[in-house]
Amino acid sequence: MVMKVDPSKKWTGPVRSYDIIKEGVIAVVVVGLLAAGLSLFFSSPDEPAVTLKSWAMTNPADFAQTATGELAGTTTSAGYGAPYNHAAKGPTLGPLKLQDWAGVRIPVDPAKSFVVEPLLMMNNVDATSSAESWKAATPDQQNKWATAYADALGKVDGATSIPDTKNEFGPVPTMVSSLLVMAKSGALDGALTTSDTPLPTNFTKPLLFLADSEGYFGDLASKQHLGGDQWGVMNETGSWPGQSWLWLFSLWYQIEPFKSSGNADTLVMTLMGLLTLCLALFPVFPFIRKIPYLIPIHRLIWKKWYARKL
Amino acid sequence: MSSSQKNWTARLRKSTLESMEPQDLLPDTQPAYVASWIYVFGVLTLASLIMLIATGLVLTLEGPAWWHGSSVGHFWNSMHLWSVELFFVFMVVHLWGKFWMAAWRGKRTATWVTGVIAFMASIVTALTGYLIQTNFDSQWIATEAKDGFNAMGIGAFFNTLNTGQAILLHVALLPLAVGIIVVWHILLVRRKGVVPPIDNDATLEGGAF
Ligand code: HEM
Repeated sequence: MVMKVDPSKKWTGPVRSYDIIKEGVIAVVVVGLLAAGLSLFFSSPDEPAVTLKSWAMTNPADFAQTATGELAGTTTSAGYGAPYNHAAKGPTLGPLKLQDWAGVRIPVDPAKSFVVEPLLMMNNVDATSSAESWKAATPDQQNKWATAYADALGKVDGATSIPDTKNEFGPVPTMVSSLLVMAKSGALDGALTTSDTPLPTNFTKPLLFLADSEGYFGDLASKQHLGGDQWGVMNETGSWPGQSWLWLFSLWYQIEPFKSSGNADTLVMTLMGLLTLCLALFPVFPFIRKIPYLIPIHRLIWKKWYARKL
Repeated sequence: MSSSQKNWTARLRKSTLESMEPQDLLPDTQPAYVASWIYVFGVLTLASLIMLIATGLVLTLEGPAWWHGSSVGHFWNSMHLWSVELFFVFMVVHLWGKFWMAAWRGKRTATWVTGVIAFMASIVTALTGYLIQTNFDSQWIATEAKDGFNAMGIGAFFNTLNTGQAILLHVALLPLAVGIIVVWHILLVRRKGVVPPIDNDATLEGGAF
């Protein structure tokens, strides 16, 4: 028999007894026990944080190269654009330059912030005078020195400094070696986190610097299968489940046209925004709202109800 | 407009206290069709949220770096993590359950939409949680996630590399937002009553479907 019910009207049909508070309390106890069981058996992962010090100790050559890259303006953060600097326009979505429009609200000039300013704080005459001569040079001259040194360093595997036989590197070798000493001592971590306030809660500078490294930070992440092409942020270190609910978000980065697009971030974020909007609109979405009628899984859900004797 | 329609207080009372009977809010009976395992998942999602808040509050007692050096701290961190994992599993089952029940029928669109907002708010809250682990995972996630937010112009205001900002968002603003939207979601369910089964006579809702 067909039973006519208007789902927007208050139910006047048969009822069963039910204790909402008791069910809620039981649910909390069950979830608590489940979580406690999982915690005791599987615990949770905790890979220690890395520092500029651990980077300089583990891979000094990569540190020297990245520091030189900051001076030459060739690293990711040196060429980033908003919200850190004006080096680029950043990704766009057609006419929408969202990243650029938001403006430079977190100013970071990598050459100055990561290298020159920390060197000026060092209690070492070579370090401070090399930084002073860098500051006194024209941008063009600075760029020539840093680019030449970056090339030279790149040619020798594992080198942390190269002698300036042709007198073309200016103060850069001294700057980079001094910064390496500073990083190894741990003082650079302190310098970059306390440059805005003596009580650090903001790690923008050291993290941007670390993320510029090509042979340390990203390598560690790849070993933990955290790379962008390895489903990135939805994974967790070790073999724990991470943010698996980000699977759809991570999926796009694995496939074309997003995978090889320079604009992947904008495209994926926009797509996910649109898909979320669609999800919210399911109740009024022309075809989708009919799917539950076409594929009658509700027959299983309300099996007892449909099977009742009238 | 009559005077009581203009009165803010009267309007608020009508749309809240007077929109529900005590029996709707705390029922001791349910329609006979409310008999399926799928109904348990909404309640389990809510129970996980309660566990999340409780275990999170334990973690606030000694601060974000406590769990690195203390086995008690580590246990509560694990409790918090597994509560999150359970929370999302239950929520996703709940979501798809409600989809196959077409539970938005009978003017329940707002219930569905508040559910979607709760889902999104939970994802952002979870991300900030991952950002404040103060370990390698949080450092890596911060540097990866910044590009997505920057690309949308959001990164200029929500800086994933600013751990202090992430901590405050995660323990104050975002859980409050999730809490409010979930309370609203559940009040909507209680006010409307649980949606009846899809019956053969589906014509009640516009056209052939
Ligand atoms: C924080 C997350 C959420 C919590 C704590 C939550 C909790 C609940 C609870 C306790 C119920 C009543 C019991 C039940 O029918 O299962 C309910 C109903 C409902 N939920 Fe959620 N929910 C959440 C997220 C969602 C999401 C993501 C959606 C869908 C997009 C959704 C859609 C619905 C709908 C449509 C109903 C009404 C069902 C009916 O009238 O029978 N909820 N929710």
